[in-house]
Amino acid sequence: MKFIHYLEKISSVSIYGITSFVIFGIFFLAVSLWALRADKKMLDEISQIPLDKNA
Amino acid sequence: MQVEKFYYDNKTVKWFAYAVLFWGVVGMLVGLWIAIAMYYPSMNLGFAPTTFGRMRPVHTNAVIFAFVGNGIFMGVYYSLQRLCKTRMFSDTLSKIHFWGWQLIIVAGALSLWTGHTSGKEYAELEWPIDIAIAVVWIIFGINMFGTIIKRRESHIYVAIWFYIATWVTVAMLHIVNSIELPISFLKSYSWYAGVQDALVQWWYGHNAVAFFLTTPYLGLMYYFLPKAANRPIYSYRLSIIHFWALIFIYIWAGPHHLLYTALPDWAQSLGVVFSVMLIAPSWGGMLNGLFTLRGAWDKVREEPVLKFLVVAITCYGMATFEGPMLSLKSVNAISHFTDWTIAHVHIGALGWNGFLTFGVLYWLIPKMWNTTLYSKKLAGTHFWIGTIGIVLYAIPLYWAGFTQSMMWKSFTEEGQLRFQFLETVTHIIPMYVTRSIGGSLYIIGVFIMIYNLRKTILQGSFVSDEAAEAAPLPVVIPTHGHEYWHRWIERRPMKMMLFSLVLVAIGGLIELIPTFLVKSNIPTISSVKPYTPLELHGRDIYIREGCYLCHSQMIRPFRDEVARYGEYSKAGEFVYDHPFQWGSKRTGPDLARIGGKYPDSWHFNHMLDPQSMSPGSIMPSYGWLFDENIDTLETPAMIHAMKILGVPYPDGYEQEANNDLRAQATEIKASLLDSKIKTSSNKEIIALIAYLQRVGKDIKAAPKEQTALSHDGTSLMGN
Repeated sequence: MKFIHYLEKISSVSIYGITSFVIFGIFFLAVSLWALRADKKMLDEISQIPLDKNA
Repeated sequence: MQVEKFYYDNKTVKWFAYAVLFWGVVGMLVGLWIAIAMYYPSMNLGFAPTTFGRMRPVHTNAVIFAFVGNGIFMGVYYSLQRLCKTRMFSDTLSKIHFWGWQLIIVAGALSLWTGHTSGKEYAELEWPIDIAIAVVWIIFGINMFGTIIKRRESHIYVAIWFYIATWVTVAMLHIVNSIELPISFLKSYSWYAGVQDALVQWWYGHNAVAFFLTTPYLGLMYYFLPKAANRPIYSYRLSIIHFWALIFIYIWAGPHHLLYTALPDWAQSLGVVFSVMLIAPSWGGMLNGLFTLRGAWDKVREEPVLKFLVVAITCYGMATFEGPMLSLKSVNAISHFTDWTIAHVHIGALGWNGFLTFGVLYWLIPKMWNTTLYSKKLAGTHFWIGTIGIVLYAIPLYWAGFTQSMMWKSFTEEGQLRFQFLETVTHIIPMYVTRSIGGSLYIIGVFIMIYNLRKTILQGSFVSDEAAEAAPLPVVIPTHGHEYWHRWIERRPMKMMLFSLVLVAIGGLIELIPTFLVKSNIPTISSVKPYTPLELHGRDIYIREGCYLCHSQMIRPFRDEVARYGEYSKAGEFVYDHPFQWGSKRTGPDLARIGGKYPDSWHFNHMLDPQSMSPGSIMPSYGWLFDENIDTLETPAMIHAMKILGVPYPDGYEQEANNDLRAQATEIKASLLDSKIKTSSNKEIIALIAYLQRVGKDIKAAPKEQTALSHDGTSLMGN
C-alpha cells in the first residue's frame, strides 16, 4: 500500500474552492448592491424600531 | 387605526436572568478550581469527579451552554417581544423551555462529573441529553417563530435575523455532530471515525463559537446598544452586509482548528482562506457598534451599561482580529496546542460574552423592577475589577503559550531537543498562578454585581406583565420607493430561516461531502488493525477520564515534533477511532506514539503517582483505576457497535471477545509481576495500559516500502 496524495485522487478538487468563492462572491455583491441602493427613509425607519417607547 | 393593548412577559426573562447569574458563578468557580489545579495538583483531590479531565468539560459546558445559553434566552425573550410588539407566542412553551434547559444543564453536569462523555470537545454530553437538547431547542424555535409570525411590527429588525440564523444553524450543527451509536444508557460511539470525525467535530466546534457565542450576542448588541445609548445603530446598511457576510463565511472556517494535522490539505486551505476573510464582516460589526456611540462618549463615562458594552465590543474586535491571524498556518504552527488558544478564547468569553451579559443585566434588572440601579459606583468598581481581571488572565497565558512553543521548538547546536517536555511546563507555572489571580478578580466582580442587582431588586417592584400598545399589522404594508428582493425576504421569517439554512448548509456540504464520499480521502494503511477488546475498554477509560483534554494524539510534520514524539501522524492511522482523540491542547506531551515507549510498570506507577515517575509533573493521580473492575459485561455490545460502524471484527466475535480480553490482561499482569508489581488482571488500569501500549504502534509494522516513502516529507504533507 502506498500513501497517495489526496489531490491526485479527487478529480479536479479545485472545483470545491472555486465554487465556494463564486457562490460567496455573487451573493456578497447582491447583498451589498441591495444595501447600497435601499431606500434611506425605510432604513432609518427600521433602525428606529428599538427606540420606540413600546419596544 | 385602532391601537391594541397587550402585555410583555417579563417573568420568563427574570427566570433566565437568575439562571445566568447562578450558572455563571458555578461555571466560573469550576474554571477557577481547575486553573489552580494546573499548578497545585492536590486540587484534583484524588477523587474522580474533581480531576481536571472531568472538571474541564463541566467548566466549558457550564460557561457556554448554561451561562451564555441562558444569557441568549434572557436577551432574546426580552428583545424579541419588544421588537415584534407582541407577547411571546406561548407562556407554556416559555416555561417548558426554561425548565427543560435547566434540567439539561443539571443532567449534563452530573453526567460529566460521573465520567459519561462522548469525548468530543464542547459536545461531550451523551445521547439522551443530546436528544433532550434537540427537543428543547425546537420548543424554543416554535416559540420564537410563533412570536415573529404574530408580530405587530412589519419590519423584522436585524437583531431578529441574528436570532433566526442562530436557531437554524445551531440545530443543524448539533444534529450532524451528535450522530452516535448508543451502546447503553449514557454511552455511545461517534458515528464518524478519525479524520472524518475530526472534520465534523471542528466544523461543529468552531461554529458553536460562531453561532452560539457570537451571532445571538450580536443580535443582543443590535438591540441593547441603541437602547442604552438612546440612538439608532450607526449604519443599518452595514448591519445587513454584516449579517449575511458573517453567517456565510463563518461556517467554512472550522478546519483552521486542524492545520498541519492529518486532515486533507484542500480542506485546511479552504478553512484558512475563509477564516482570513472573516475579519471583514466581524470588524464591520464591531465598528458599527462603536460608531453608534460617536458623539456620545461622554455618556460612556457615566453609564456603567455603556462601559460594559464598549469593552465587550472591543474584545469582540480583538478576538476576531486574532482569530484570522491564528488561522494563518505559520502563526498556528506556534500557537496551536498551547495556552495561547486558551487566552484567545477567554478574550471572547470574559470580554465579549461576559461583559455584554453584565451590561444587559445592569440595563434589564432596573427596567423590569421599575427602578434605577442601586449603585452606579459599585457597577463602576465591577467594571474595573473585571477589566483588570481579563488583562491579568490573558497576558500571562499569551506569554505562557508563546514561551512554551518556543521551548518545544528549541534545539541545541548538536541538533538535540533543548528541553524536556516537563521543563517547558514547570517554566510557565508562574503564568498559571497569575492567570488564576486574574480569574479570581473577574469572579469577585461578578459577586459585586450580584450584590448590586440584589439591592436594586429589593428597592424596586417587579413588573411581571408590562403593558404596551401598538397598531396591528396592516394587511397591506406600505413601501418606500422600489421593492427590492431583500425587502421581500425580510418580511418573511420562515423563508428567511430557509435562506439562512441554505447559506450555512452550502459551506458545510462542500466541506464535508468530499471527505465522506471519496474513499481515497483516507488512505488505508494495511498494518493498522482494529483495537483488541481490552484496548477498546482502555480507550473508553481514556475518554471517560478526559485524557484528550491535556494530551494530543496528533504529531504534526515539524522537525521538533518528529524528534520529540516520533513519526508524524497519518490519516490512515485513525480509521477505527470512534471518536477521534487528536485533542487540542498539550498540557502534557503528545501520546500519538506512546505505545511501546515505556514498560507496562512505568505506566502502572505513573498513573498511580505521576510525580514518582516525572518529578514536578502536574498530572493528577488516578487511584480509582486500581480499584475498579473492567466491565466485561459490556464487551459484546461494544464489539457489536464497532462492527455496525464498520470496524472489521470477524463474525460472531462479540461472544469470543472476552476470552481474548482475559488472555491479554493476563499477559499484562505477568509483565507487571516481572517488575514486582502485583495486581489483579481485571482492574481498569490493565485495560488502560493495554490501550496506551497500542497507540501509534501499528504503523511501525508497516511494510518497508511504506516506511521509506513516509520519510519523504514534502510529498506526504497533509496525509
